Amino acid sequence: MSTPTAASTISPTMTPLLNPMFRFQWEKAQDCFVLLFPEGMVKLNGGAGEIMQLIDGNKNVEQITDSLQSKFPDAGNLAPDVNEFITTAIEKKWLYHD
Amino acid sequence: MTNQHVTDISKQDSSAIVGPPLWLLAELTYDCPLHCPYCSNPTQLTETKNELTTQQWCEVFSEARDMGAVQLGFSGGEPLLRKDLEELVKHSRGLGFYTNLITSGIGLTEKRIAKLKEAGLDHIQISFQGADPELNDAIAGRGNAYQQKFNMAKSVKAQGYPMVLNFVLSKQNLDQIADIMRLSCELEADYVELATAQYYGWAYKNRDHLLPSREQLVEAERIVNEFRDEQQGKGPHFIFVTPDYFETRPKACMNGWGSTFLTVTPDGSALPCHSAKMLPLTFPNVKDKSIADIWQKDFSFDYFRGDDWMPQPCKGCDEKEKDFGGCRCQAFMMTGDMHKTDPVCSKSEDHHLVQQAIASATNPTKEIVMRVNEKAMKHAKNAKLNIARIKV
Repeated sequence: MSTPTAASTISPTMTPLLNPMFRFQWEKAQDCFVLLFPEGMVKLNGGAGEIMQLIDGNKNVEQITDSLQSKFPDAGNLAPDVNEFITTAIEKKWLYHD
Repeated sequence: MTNQHVTDISKQDSSAIVGPPLWLLAELTYDCPLHCPYCSNPTQLTETKNELTTQQWCEVFSEARDMGAVQLGFSGGEPLLRKDLEELVKHSRGLGFYTNLITSGIGLTEKRIAKLKEAGLDHIQISFQGADPELNDAIAGRGNAYQQKFNMAKSVKAQGYPMVLNFVLSKQNLDQIADIMRLSCELEADYVELATAQYYGWAYKNRDHLLPSREQLVEAERIVNEFRDEQQGKGPHFIFVTPDYFETRPKACMNGWGSTFLTVTPDGSALPCHSAKMLPLTFPNVKDKSIADIWQKDFSFDYFRGDDWMPQPCKGCDEKEKDFGGCRCQAFMMTGDMHKTDPVCSKSEDHHLVQQAIASATNPTKEIVMRVNEKAMKHAKNAKLNIARIKV
């Protein structure tokens, strides 16, 4: 679970955007979503892949969370997970934000 | 959801059932407009007339992608010399590859950078030989090379590509390290490889002229660290690679033989690393066999997988899973036996050969040999270009 400090850096109205240094795609052979960059690849787990799919430069954090909640109605509160991933992704420069 | 959402490509488990060749290096041609004495290409070059055709390369890419290959490097020689490069990029990008162009920058134009972008090229890596025109062009053996690289690096960034700069470091340019880092900032590189030469191909011949001293390396590393501290997280990400000759354990060469990397040479030879052709093994050719057959079944690709092949001290070593016994080519070049422990390892009975190489590099006795290409080879059998301008 995310820590309150990490989550507090993300505002629900913030709109994340994929850093153009990275390419996001499904890799059949890896059976997961990946981020590709010069001579490298990071594999994303299921949850991270679900969040990344929703990042289009238009949806803000709240809208991304809402979309995920309706896709996975039995998953409980997903906001901390979304916040945690987006915080990490910004730290790693996978994502930019406005 | 957990925080475990990242897997490093380089940490793929090589002991499991053979995974896919994640990294495909396509050496499109050995022809090159530059003459860098640190080049790792084989010193016996194949003739350009035997190069794979566009169609043959496209088949290689399709087959490798089907197996799960994801990173594709267009390399050489100078890949820009292939007139069909745009077509190869377009085909492989369409298959879902992340496409990397590894170039000297010679032959690039703003227009070609745009055409490659249109074809779907993801990233351009440009090599530099020094931080100023004088030294850069002396090492490259070509006038105006620096200015061309500089202009093209500007254009690559202006056209929105991620850009990696690669500086092969040797005692010829190591003292310029601070200027090299400043140049990288000015050019707005995303990643910068400050990689000391590895001693294969032409670089092995010229080792005495390239291998820096330990003192020179320590000083360079200090400057790199100081520079990084001043960056405060801004600007290029610098990767400093020291030569394995100064280590006491060998590098995990190619992340393990036949585990991650597949190189296809200009004439279609398939190799587990770009230097492996020197080894006394028969390697398959993509003209005769499918990539799947090569990767999964070929004798040569299986030869150094796992640890059955290892002699002592590797076999009983508790670090064998970490470095796989080091580099087979280095073992072969230095000891004449490709099965032996990489002499870089302090446990190797041949470790003195590495220490001798370091000592010998303090006082080179042979002349430096500039890399020659096919055309130059026809004119001069043993070309020794004028490199008097190189400050060593």
